[in-house]
Amino acid sequence: MSLYYVQKLIYNLNRDPDLVFKFQEDMTGVLAQYELTTAEMDAIRKPDIGLLYVSGVNGQLLMHYAALREYEWDDYIQAMKDGLKKYGNVKAGYYSRTGGGAV
Amino acid sequence: MSLVFAGICSHAPGITGRAERADPELREGLYSNFNKMRLAIEATKPDALVVIGAEHFANFFMDNMPAFCMGMAENYYGPIEDENWLNIKRHKIPGNPELSEQLITMIMEDIDLAYAQEWKFDHGIMVPLNFLTPDYQLDIIPVNINCQGPPLTPLHRAWKFGQALRKACDKIPERIAVVGTGGISHWPATPDSGKINEQWDRDFLEKWKNNNAEALLSYKDEDVYQDGGQGGFEIRTFISVAGACEGNTGEIWFYAPIPIYAVGCTIGSMNLSKS
Ligand SMILES: [Fe+2]
Repeated sequence: MSLYYVQKLIYNLNRDPDLVFKFQEDMTGVLAQYELTTAEMDAIRKPDIGLLYVSGVNGQLLMHYAALREYEWDDYIQAMKDGLKKYGNVKAGYYSRTGGGAV
Repeated sequence: MSLVFAGICSHAPGITGRAERADPELREGLYSNFNKMRLAIEATKPDALVVIGAEHFANFFMDNMPAFCMGMAENYYGPIEDENWLNIKRHKIPGNPELSEQLITMIMEDIDLAYAQEWKFDHGIMVPLNFLTPDYQLDIIPVNINCQGPPLTPLHRAWKFGQALRKACDKIPERIAVVGTGGISHWPATPDSGKINEQWDRDFLEKWKNNNAEALLSYKDEDVYQDGGQGGFEIRTFISVAGACEGNTGEIWFYAPIPIYAVGCTIGSMNLSKS
């Protein structure tokens, strides 16, 4: 599990428009530069926002990755809910605690 | 004394990014109090505005995470996020490296403070600036307290940072305004975005308003996480402002849970008259 590098990639994407361009042109090439498992690469590539959330990606990073992959806000929230149903509780990090449901 | 204004406000990205989706009356209440804060800051004729923020991995990451960092740049840039997502246009924001250096040098006597000559502001600073310095004319000095990547900065250190900032401000002739920005209870960017623990928030704000150090510093992270969510860790920024205003009490100008903004929206200030 290399949650750190999944988050590092998203952090870099948030900061660097050139990297976003490269990522869109050659996702596999960019992913190869990070220490990621095959499952992580697949989740990022797809993207499986629910799985990334359940794996422990911090929401402050994940919401921007979802936006980059053209998720509207409500779809992003729904993708995390679907992830919880499909993969169970969040496995790591401070974004595991849910508040018990609201909007 | 050169601390001329001290306040607190929210910075949730929904405040601008999802502006239209809130109850219009609540939005107006929040926006008009942001405006009131802008006027109050302008009335004190500050030379710079120190924004004590809690950023969200825009500049600081777990490869090298400072407990505290202060900006020392000529200019800053923001928002780092997509302009349309945040609904704030990208701007160059003026800094004041000489003033920063003076403050940092003095604060370092008390606090191990990192400094940064590059800083891209995220919503944590841009949302407040969008309302408080909409022309981007006032010099900004950003501060970050680590509220995101555990181990987090302890609350009592956030208080001490506020004290150290105040001590530094007291030694210089420049007029400094300070605004701490964070959420109280919220579960941002989670499936439960929109949940707000209003009672917990009001209880915290009461302690902040009374500037009750003992009460403010008695929060434990486990309880904050339980009652206030991961967003609740941002109380560090409000506590810093209280520390900078030790001996003074404050007022809450506005508080309302606005679920689509994912936070109990807050505007308040400390009364500095007793200083
Ligand atoms: Fe925040």
